[in-house]
Amino acid sequence: MLDYRVLSAGDTALVVEFGDRIDRQLSTAVLALARALDAERIAGIVETVPTFRSLMVHYEPLALSAAALAARIDEQMQKLSVGEIAGRLWHLPVCYEPRFAIDLDDVAKRTSLSKQQIIERHSGPIYHVYMLGFLPGQAYMGELAADLALDRRETPRTRIPAGSLAIAARMSCVFPLETPCGWHIIGRCPIPLWDPAHATALLAPADKVMFVPVSVREYDSLVTRASQDVLRIEPVSEFVGAVA
Amino acid sequence: MTPALGIISPGLSTSIQDLGRTGFQRLGVSLGGALDPVSLRAANALVGNPGNTGALEALYTGPTFAIDAEDARLSFVGADAAIKIFADAEDHSGETIAPMRSIHVRRGQIIHVGSLKHGATLYVAVEGGFDIEPVLGSVSTDSRGRIGGWRGRPLTNGDVLPLRRLAASNREEYRIDGMDLTAPSFIRVVLGPQSDYFSNDEIVRFFAGRYIVGAGSNRMGLCLEGRPIQHQRGFNIVSDAVATGSIQVPGNGQPIVLLADHQTTGGYPKIATVISADLPAMGRLPIGAQVSFVPCTLDEATAARRELAAALDDIGDKLVPILPPAAAVGSRLQECNLISGVHNAAA
Repeated sequence: MLDYRVLSAGDTALVVEFGDRIDRQLSTAVLALARALDAERIAGIVETVPTFRSLMVHYEPLALSAAALAARIDEQMQKLSVGEIAGRLWHLPVCYEPRFAIDLDDVAKRTSLSKQQIIERHSGPIYHVYMLGFLPGQAYMGELAADLALDRRETPRTRIPAGSLAIAARMSCVFPLETPCGWHIIGRCPIPLWDPAHATALLAPADKVMFVPVSVREYDSLVTRASQDVLRIEPVSEFVGAVA
Repeated sequence: MTPALGIISPGLSTSIQDLGRTGFQRLGVSLGGALDPVSLRAANALVGNPGNTGALEALYTGPTFAIDAEDARLSFVGADAAIKIFADAEDHSGETIAPMRSIHVRRGQIIHVGSLKHGATLYVAVEGGFDIEPVLGSVSTDSRGRIGGWRGRPLTNGDVLPLRRLAASNREEYRIDGMDLTAPSFIRVVLGPQSDYFSNDEIVRFFAGRYIVGAGSNRMGLCLEGRPIQHQRGFNIVSDAVATGSIQVPGNGQPIVLLADHQTTGGYPKIATVISADLPAMGRLPIGAQVSFVPCTLDEATAARRELAAALDDIGDKLVPILPPAAAVGSRLQECNLISGVHNAAA
């Protein structure tokens, strides 16, 4: 069984922490526990929030004490099978052209790679969605090729457009909404990852994502269709297991 | 014609809030909701609404709006304010009322809330609530996610907010007595989840310290200013989930207390978490206020939550009818007669 510890986050949330690093095995355990607890429909659990390395469990302490909840978590951990969690596989179009990839030249300098090499390395792997956070529908997708990983820019931008695709350390992120941002922007995705009209997110933790380079022309056409609400993006596969 | 409130000026930042949006943090959707849910529930009680009905939350400077309905009933609960009720756009004197009460208003009247004193928040509830569809189970405005409230954003000049009721009911006007909205001298916290990123000495200093609510504070969090807190194991952690009340300590050592609109995840160690019973007090702390923290156990925190929940369930007991002027005079006369009658009998 995986090591874990249960920590208080105030009187209405517990954190089940599996480690302090980004690691596929930890992520798998987090997602497996989230699914197990959700399936149990334990009275008093309000919601669970999976992250890279821990699961936050929000609860109503007047219905379920912290000690009773911790016991239920232990019980689930005893019988948890931590196989790879299945998710959907998506192909997300990305335009890496200079109009959108405002930091591509800079990233090329910092990584000593050519722009073409960066695009190839970025669009090569199948990414795992570790978690959603920061903005509605924003997925943290990893892991990025080690030679593309970069720390934050010295000066954050006060505003980047919705759909911006970023290098964020060992993660790649698409920002679903206009936002301040300190990361490196290397393209833009025309598919809305967050739909404010219906309040739905395209991606979910454990989903798998491949980035497919598209031209400015294709990008514009996809944006037009998305704005007319006639763009239907479906997963390439509904049920993908371990693909790493 | 749809009954409505017409926003003439939104004030500094006014948005529609209810008790928030639970169940969607895993999608990155903030909880949101009233910074001071106690005042929101009191405002709703004053006009007979269920506690979770969406109301206007004004921050620092309140809105000015016109009544565009036959009549309506409003209530005001929160920080001190000299609320002006003008008969119409030509009226420049108006009548001034204090918050913590309901009031019956008529078409064409203009309500000016003005600046708030001794607190950051004031709630304006309307009998029946706003005629707005909930998003993900809540009418709270989520400005970052652009959902909920009025068009997913704080109010602006010219917004016309539709009301559910065509007109006010025959209900009496009430005031609410015995609500203490003054800031407590200490905010209670439970240590963790990352208190092990700080030495014991540093934790002792955190509790001994006094912090000022800084100018960068907003609905996402209170930026505190005071003696910096030192980390013993660095300040970058792999992002994990955060809760309302989480006290994050970023690299500069100045703590940030997360409030209703906080992001769902964060990458700084969290030294402690404000207990749920003290979050409403935290939410109404204005910029410039002083705050200190005191540790408490989970059991104490749960007892405090139970006590607050019971007080909110009984909030109706705090409502006192405001008698209309004529009736008030009549009853006072009656009181005098009775007393003098007793005197006569004794004489």
